[in-house]
Amino acid sequence: MTETAVETGRFTYPVTVTVNGAAHSVEIETRLLLVHFLRETLGLTGTHIGCDTTSCGACTVLLDGTPVKSCTMLAVQADGHELTTVEGLAPAGGLSPVQEGFHEEHGLQCGFCTPGMMLTATALLAENPDPSEEEIRWALSGQICRCTGYQNIVKAVQYAAAKGKEG
Amino acid sequence: MYPARFEYHAPGSVEDALEILERYGDEAKVLAGGQSLIPLMKLRFASPQALVDINRIQGLDAISEDDGFLSIGALVRHADCERSEALHGRFGVLGDAAPQISDPIVRNRGTVVGSLTHADPQGDWGSALMAAGARLEVVSSAGTRTIPLDELFQGPFTTSLQPNEIATAVQVPDPGARAGGTYLKLERKVGDFATVGVAVHLSLDNGRVGSAGIALTGVGPRNLRATAAEQALAGAELNDDTIRAAADAAAEDAQPRSDHRGSADYKRSVVRVFTERGLRKAAAAAAA
Amino acid sequence: MAVSEEQVIRGVGHSVKRFEDGRFIRGRGNYFDDITLPGMLHLEFLRSPLAHARINGIDTSRAEAVPGVVAVVTGELLAQHNLAWMPTLSGDTQAVLATDKVRFQGQEVAAVIAESAYIAKDACELIDVDYEPLEAVTSPQQALAEGAPVIRDEKEGQTSNHIYDWEAGDKTATDHAFAEADKVVSLDTFYPRCHPAPLECCGCVADVDPATGKTTIYMTSQAPHAHRTLFALVAGIPEHKIRIISPDLGGGFGNKVPIYPGYVVATAASLLIGRPVKWVEDRTGNLISTGFARDYHMHGELALKEGRITGLRVNMLSDNGAFFADAQPTICKAGLFHIVTGSYDIPAAHVETEGAYTNKAPGGVAYRCSFRVTEASYLIERLVQNAAYELGVDPADFRKQNFIKPEQFPYKSATGFEYDSGDYGAAMEKTLEMLGYDDLRREQAEARAEGRLIGIGLASFTEVVGAGHGAEYKIAGLRMNDGAELRIHPTGKAVLKLSVKSQGQGHETTFAQIVAEELGLQPEDVEVQEGDTDHTPYGLGTYASRSTPVSGAATAMVSRRIRAKAQKIAAHLLEASEEDLEWQQGKFVVKGAPEKSTTIQDIAFAAYTNIPEGMEGGLEGVYYYDPPNMTFPFGTYAVVVEIDRGTGAWKVLRCVAVDDCGVRINPMIVEGQIMGGLTEGFAIAAMELIDFDEEGNCIGANLMDYLIPTAWETPKFELGETVTPSPHHPLGAKGVGESATVGAPAAFVNAVVDALAYAGVRNLEMPVTSDKVWAALQEAGLAE
Repeated sequence: MTETAVETGRFTYPVTVTVNGAAHSVEIETRLLLVHFLRETLGLTGTHIGCDTTSCGACTVLLDGTPVKSCTMLAVQADGHELTTVEGLAPAGGLSPVQEGFHEEHGLQCGFCTPGMMLTATALLAENPDPSEEEIRWALSGQICRCTGYQNIVKAVQYAAAKGKEG
Repeated sequence: MYPARFEYHAPGSVEDALEILERYGDEAKVLAGGQSLIPLMKLRFASPQALVDINRIQGLDAISEDDGFLSIGALVRHADCERSEALHGRFGVLGDAAPQISDPIVRNRGTVVGSLTHADPQGDWGSALMAAGARLEVVSSAGTRTIPLDELFQGPFTTSLQPNEIATAVQVPDPGARAGGTYLKLERKVGDFATVGVAVHLSLDNGRVGSAGIALTGVGPRNLRATAAEQALAGAELNDDTIRAAADAAAEDAQPRSDHRGSADYKRSVVRVFTERGLRKAAAAAAA
Repeated sequence: MAVSEEQVIRGVGHSVKRFEDGRFIRGRGNYFDDITLPGMLHLEFLRSPLAHARINGIDTSRAEAVPGVVAVVTGELLAQHNLAWMPTLSGDTQAVLATDKVRFQGQEVAAVIAESAYIAKDACELIDVDYEPLEAVTSPQQALAEGAPVIRDEKEGQTSNHIYDWEAGDKTATDHAFAEADKVVSLDTFYPRCHPAPLECCGCVADVDPATGKTTIYMTSQAPHAHRTLFALVAGIPEHKIRIISPDLGGGFGNKVPIYPGYVVATAASLLIGRPVKWVEDRTGNLISTGFARDYHMHGELALKEGRITGLRVNMLSDNGAFFADAQPTICKAGLFHIVTGSYDIPAAHVETEGAYTNKAPGGVAYRCSFRVTEASYLIERLVQNAAYELGVDPADFRKQNFIKPEQFPYKSATGFEYDSGDYGAAMEKTLEMLGYDDLRREQAEARAEGRLIGIGLASFTEVVGAGHGAEYKIAGLRMNDGAELRIHPTGKAVLKLSVKSQGQGHETTFAQIVAEELGLQPEDVEVQEGDTDHTPYGLGTYASRSTPVSGAATAMVSRRIRAKAQKIAAHLLEASEEDLEWQQGKFVVKGAPEKSTTIQDIAFAAYTNIPEGMEGGLEGVYYYDPPNMTFPFGTYAVVVEIDRGTGAWKVLRCVAVDDCGVRINPMIVEGQIMGGLTEGFAIAAMELIDFDEEGNCIGANLMDYLIPTAWETPKFELGETVTPSPHHPLGAKGVGESATVGAPAAFVNAVVDALAYAGVRNLEMPVTSDKVWAALQEAGLAE
């Protein structure tokens, strides 16, 4: 976290961000959007871009565990924070319950919205381990899928919730 | 999708932020949640020379009650409001508005105060807070002042805030124990702006209406007080007739325009329907 | 003999979990924008703010001076290389970059190639264009009216905005039916302009390598081979020196079938500069300039005699935008619209249409429409619903009375289609049963007595997919025959290469299952490859629900060819004659001597190690399938809604969908396709719209205005099935990808109309937004 006020306006800025547990220190343009920082600067292309009006949520990542639309944040605003992207979901050599759920319940078709959906689902289950269908749909209502019609995405989240209960 | 260049500042205190704003005149914008500003910058509808990011300033993220006011700090996110127990009960107009702002992910970043200073005439907080009689706390190098929301909103995206001022909190007066309210929003889908929004905030006095706040979203050049409706209710007993009369008056107070969300007549009719429904709900909450 | 679970071959009919999921759930999908090549540059477009204007000059000097800008391309520069205009799939021409005029808001005017997209965008802002505004034409009626400005004045001989006239059916017989009718029901309705809007926008990375002379284009393409051929013809690059790789696609829905200026400019830029060039379309560009869907003004009439439909007459006006760029086969200018007699036995029909230019983006055939079947199905299902009301007959009964009967198949329709198979009554009965229809009608009446408005809407669609027979179905002259190439490796695994291209439909699993079914391999032993024109057989790609009908058939046929050769090798291995062998999924057995058998895996090994003298080695084949006919999937959908009388907003209480797409190869994937299509159909009925004001400004060019439903708005679906195999498809399968977008919109609209039909309401225009419903409530005296 920056300690002192920045005196002069900067066009570039040194950020230190932890992404999926790994720290990165890079000097970047202050206008660089967080989604471009992830995709282009760090090469983590699992986070996608689907619109230009903050409407679709394909760019959703977790900032300190909370879903945010990374297209509507400046990368500099992530300085000192922890980010989780889709690449950070799987435990070593395996799959998280949410990832497994999406596969088991046919919760994806083209896969473009899937990273964002899985991250929001992960955050939801961390806060509410046994959500109702309504709560699941509500939590996902900031994101768009064109392929699935959402019904199997709901089932995927329910699968993960059930798996979580088994312990 | 690519903002133009700007000079970025991330001050650690309000004083530092004010000093930076003084330097830029009206060429700098304050960045809090960024959920209204960054989209504009991505499409290059706004290209400020400088951004003053206030997210590192401590002490601005509290929802607290003191001195007869509920205070919501400048860095309180919509999602914080959604989760806060303080915004239910007598502040129900706010608690019911919170989950209807934009979408759940945007609510994790966007701020209440930011929404007010952005002054979108289709902004929901403007109506909910105006109905609750709120005022904005604003600081500058000259000191602190408060602006009642009625005076804050001047027109679409236009407020009475000066370029060298930062809004630090919105303050809502305590309506007393027998109070309640709600916010009804007709939207085409989650995340859309209101086709029509109606905020109702009632406090009761001996079974009659002590004061009524009714504010409308999406049916005017800015958030509107339905003053005729409020006046019709002042001191009145709440029954089917007085509720319907107030609803009719609110419909008259509205200044809707025809557009893709519907005709002016349609929106006016929804104002009437929502005012009636809102009053019934608020009355039940206040009496409980 | 007991078959253990291991031995069950998971071929046709199994809901095999998808093999392609692995990379997507790990964020390791390979979409074109994930690709970075050394030295790669970025392309951004400057787009026209005006719908119709003359260009008097373009000054790019300030843009060229921005550090990091490598080139600024204008129409003038492209014209020097004969690339300023390109042919469309419908025999017209389309501007790559505007030269004389801009003809729709959002049209590409100039392109900046720079070291980063941010810099390219900075430079775009510094290009000065001198526009002279012209009157904008924003509807086909305005376009065809006397004195309208001629949009395509650059075309020799074009003196109006008229594009084509087209008709189908028998006018005389139809006129006669109407003359004899005892009742005529008519409907004027508009199928609004909407957009496929796949979540991933279009784009490419074009790499013209000066060292090898090879042009590699990573491209969002649903039809990579056809695109390669067209590139060769248009750009004059030798076809063997072009490689198009369509990688993972984030949805297509027909949006990724046309060739867009971005692909051409990126390739030309790469050629001129000698470095790879990436073009990433933004959502605004996607909605404002790429292939939209529908925009059809329709007038339909049903002739009725003694409660039966005796004739159908349709008159349409098509808004094609500034360039006629429909992506559709045949010389039928209205695609397959003439399927409009739908599920009904209508003896006489006549369809007439006219197409017009307007100052809007080009397109029309897209968004899971099966080549205009969406428009046709919507019209007939709305007409039939209204006819039921006019006759005072229950809408389900009226449909049943007029359905083509099972014994009438194969059925020759009044407009020339031969429907392969169908049992419309069975699908309808299943839907009604799942609904509890009679109880629902009772509930509806009770609710009405309490002042609540509930509506039940039906749609019994028949659609036509699987283009198609080579002699009739061609796009840009290329026959629509697709292929499959299958090779079995020595260790009994296989690789299957297809000419089609999934955008999420699960080909890597479904097609492996076809091989599994035919050859007795497990589907995970078959790797499916698509999208790379250097390594896959030639074909016209995936859209219009054609992959299963065409490449699916090719896969079955090539597998059978391989099985035939395998039988010869088996005979050699078993020292028996071919006629004495019997195929049991996965092995050949000597008839009457079950202990004498050999597995497909053993045969595969033998193909490389131990074959009869004189036999060619290996175990592989390629098959290009020429469908003898189209396939005709069908179904009945039902929607139940309740209307809020205070706001006009309606919510879906139930949505029941019974589909019949013949044999289902992977039921899980089929259901996924249906649910996705139902959602798009719902969205079109409820909220999606691209509109224009009088000046031609586009409203709906971003996702704040173009409304796509989320999980919150989208209803829950109850799915059912009937199975009526296609008699001509090797697996009995029909296409299904678009059935739901075809059938669903009418079901939703009929439901809302049904809630108000008792009060005389007969129509609501899509999108059926709450204000429109309120207006109908007001007029009927039903508003709160």
